[in-house]
Amino acid sequence: MSDTGAITRRSFLAVSLAGGTVLTFKADLVLAQTGAGAAAPVMLNAFIRIGADNQVTIGAKNPEIGQGVKVMLPMLIAEELDVAWSQVQIQQTDANDKLYGVQVAGGSTATPTNWLPMRQAGAAARQMLLTAAARLWGVDVATLTTAAGTVFHKASGRSLPYAALAKEAATVPAPDLAKVPLKSPDAFTIIGKSVRGVDTPRIVKGEPLYGIDTRLPGMLHAALLKCPIAGGALASFDDTAARKTPGVIAVVPVNSGLVPQGRNDALAIVATSWWTAQKARETLVAKWDAITQAGFSTEGYAKQAAALLGGVPQADLHKEGDVDKALAGAAKTVTADYSYPFLAHATLEPQNCTALWTADGKLEIWAPTQNPGSGRKEVAAMLGIAPDAMTIHLTRIGGGFGRRLMNDYMVLAAQVAKGVPGRPVKLLFDRTDDLRNDYYRPAGWHRFTAGLDASGAIVAFKDHFVTFGADGKPIRAAEMSAYEFPGPVIPDMQYGMSFLATNLATGWLRAPTSNAMAFVFQGFLDEVAEAAGLDLPELMRRTLGAPRELPAEKGRPAFHTGRARGVIDAVCKVAGWTGKPSTTPGKGRGFGFYFSHRGYFAEVVDITIRDGATVIVDKIWVAGDIGSQVINPINAEHQVQGAAIDGIAQALVWQPIVQEGGAVTQENFHDFPLLRIDAVPRDVAITWVKTDYPPTGLGEPALPPVIPAIGNAIRAVTGKRLRSLPFQPG
Amino acid sequence: MAISLTINRRKRVVDVEPDKPLLWVLREDLDLPGTKFGCGAGLCGACTVILDGDAVRSCQTPVGDAVGKQVITIEHVATLPVGKKVVDAWVDLDVPQCGYCQAGQIMSATALLTHTPKPAPDDIAAGMSGNICRCATYLRIQKAIRKAAGLDSVEEAA
Repeated sequence: MSDTGAITRRSFLAVSLAGGTVLTFKADLVLAQTGAGAAAPVMLNAFIRIGADNQVTIGAKNPEIGQGVKVMLPMLIAEELDVAWSQVQIQQTDANDKLYGVQVAGGSTATPTNWLPMRQAGAAARQMLLTAAARLWGVDVATLTTAAGTVFHKASGRSLPYAALAKEAATVPAPDLAKVPLKSPDAFTIIGKSVRGVDTPRIVKGEPLYGIDTRLPGMLHAALLKCPIAGGALASFDDTAARKTPGVIAVVPVNSGLVPQGRNDALAIVATSWWTAQKARETLVAKWDAITQAGFSTEGYAKQAAALLGGVPQADLHKEGDVDKALAGAAKTVTADYSYPFLAHATLEPQNCTALWTADGKLEIWAPTQNPGSGRKEVAAMLGIAPDAMTIHLTRIGGGFGRRLMNDYMVLAAQVAKGVPGRPVKLLFDRTDDLRNDYYRPAGWHRFTAGLDASGAIVAFKDHFVTFGADGKPIRAAEMSAYEFPGPVIPDMQYGMSFLATNLATGWLRAPTSNAMAFVFQGFLDEVAEAAGLDLPELMRRTLGAPRELPAEKGRPAFHTGRARGVIDAVCKVAGWTGKPSTTPGKGRGFGFYFSHRGYFAEVVDITIRDGATVIVDKIWVAGDIGSQVINPINAEHQVQGAAIDGIAQALVWQPIVQEGGAVTQENFHDFPLLRIDAVPRDVAITWVKTDYPPTGLGEPALPPVIPAIGNAIRAVTGKRLRSLPFQPG
Repeated sequence: MAISLTINRRKRVVDVEPDKPLLWVLREDLDLPGTKFGCGAGLCGACTVILDGDAVRSCQTPVGDAVGKQVITIEHVATLPVGKKVVDAWVDLDVPQCGYCQAGQIMSATALLTHTPKPAPDDIAAGMSGNICRCATYLRIQKAIRKAAGLDSVEEAA
């Protein structure tokens, strides 16, 4: 462990430190030495440490935003290492993709991308322990078994705990990960069992876990004064009064830089307390140059979008056959316009980051980020330092929802730290800063036209999507899949796009693009079903057709019509869906299906409408297909319930982010209301449809179908078809 | 100026302006970071503490207003008999997702059950509607409150 060259497959297990033997190696020791020309280390060798007491410390590499990954990934390792869960201690790793591989909380990717590698990491370590025991006892490895962190030789009755073998195991060459034997699912003892959150006992005691709780000796605090108009530049400022405020240390000009669409000048007020900095901010005088951005407004977007929708799309996204001819020959056509607004993420922990610029020009960062790898690159580019001259500690995160895939707070905090070298500084946005400096879910507008033949089958389908773009392409999170269902199964179809400009930074909001596309496509298909004399589940069944994989964009998972059918049938069965209207006035139900993030979800929502205006969601039935295995059932339930209720929020509670004169007007939770406990359904009932596919993620895919299901339910109850969000039936 | 407080049954003296919110005194001056900053406007409940038995928003409570009163924070809530039941139920049901709001939720739930030991669903909705959970753990919050109140038997996890 004397240099980073040691981090290779050959040294997958390494030797002892005080208090126990290190299986693989002590991550933090190696971390301090990375950057010295490390020969490409094997990424999966940094996770397991075996203590002298046979306790196993497992590194959790991904950022924890509440999705349960800090438990889930170690479960995979522990399963194949074959230890008892009671032996396991979990430690959040630092950000170091050379040691740990990709570390990101986004796209519900942790399960599909780690399902095999994490198990292989555990299995490889177990294999080395077996080899060590075989050497010691002079027996064949094949005669050995393991259970609960102990190796057994049944024939001789001998056994040894892993702790007694770890040192010898550290000298065993690591096996080829791709060939290491894995357990058969029926032998799982941890995967498939409910495991509670590792931090829950600390959360209920109020222990410091989150980025905002970072506390370091001599730490300073920074508040931010940002240009109210996104993209604005600092023209001049006067900090005379601010600097005279007792406790204020410095005022540092900064910008969130280098992130496309995200550049924004700001002033950081650094003080001995955040409260002091925040108050001193009021005395700071800044002039901004934002003349080119001041013309953007919510009203302006709506007008431009309306004009564009009526015209020919500026760009083709996907085209098959001759849609206009097919529409002209259709027995019946249906046309409708749909739209949805800009939204903020509103994580409850406001954006923050702590950084220390040391005397030798290195940075140490404590970051609640979902995406440390890209933060490292952005900070390095902004400060002109090597990416490796930076240590990034991952804190627990008070909500992500995609907001923290962007790293503006890290880039800003690093600049502030450079302005006060030698002292750690914590930058914290207040709620208004947070709402006004988001990477917003972009608004969008769609004009749909469908053509039906005499039997009610869809023969032509068209969508003109007006979205936000630059240089003839959608900007971040403003895109749409060329293969959005039902396009791929319709012989004559056309998806086209037209673009609006905006000065707002846009970004990924939980189930990005899907949260909007599910609403507009499943809402419109409900209209098509009605025109065909069917209900939506039946239209979906007929349109999906025989079980098969449909084409998908390169690198994107294919859509399997049979798996879609499976969840649709399952949810209709458990919910007792008849397609007939409710006989109770004010009550009704709606259906929605969506495939996103590799997960298939069909949902039925029961609602009551009070006084013709207030929508109450009574119950949600969810059928989900995420493959062969639900890894941690207690958390899977949590993710589905949370996502489904988040969908209610987007459908009924959240108000549009409003922009006037280039600036976002929202201030706090009075004008960007979040869902509260009184809007919760009495139940979110989940049915898992198990299929023979590798397991996939759950942070996102249960969200999208809720939104159209609510809209379709409102139609069923009131007869009104609502085509924009949030739904306002009154 | 020196301000004398009773926090978690201990006398604490801080040298701050009396208009500094109790939230920031707890977090910055008393090293009690369990009480969270969410909105600074009394709208989200993340900063909830118990002041003389009532749940209050510490971001809206000037520290001067806490003088002569008993302040209980999340770090100490389990020393209250009701608080212990609430915390135990929270752990049993694994209520948190991101967990950021949960200190405030626990404080509000403790105050609710102190005043209303056997809450009806409407009592829970009313008592907890000041606390936002962005992850929407509300179903488990309801369940945990019922469990802490002895109103429900619930399944156990590993």
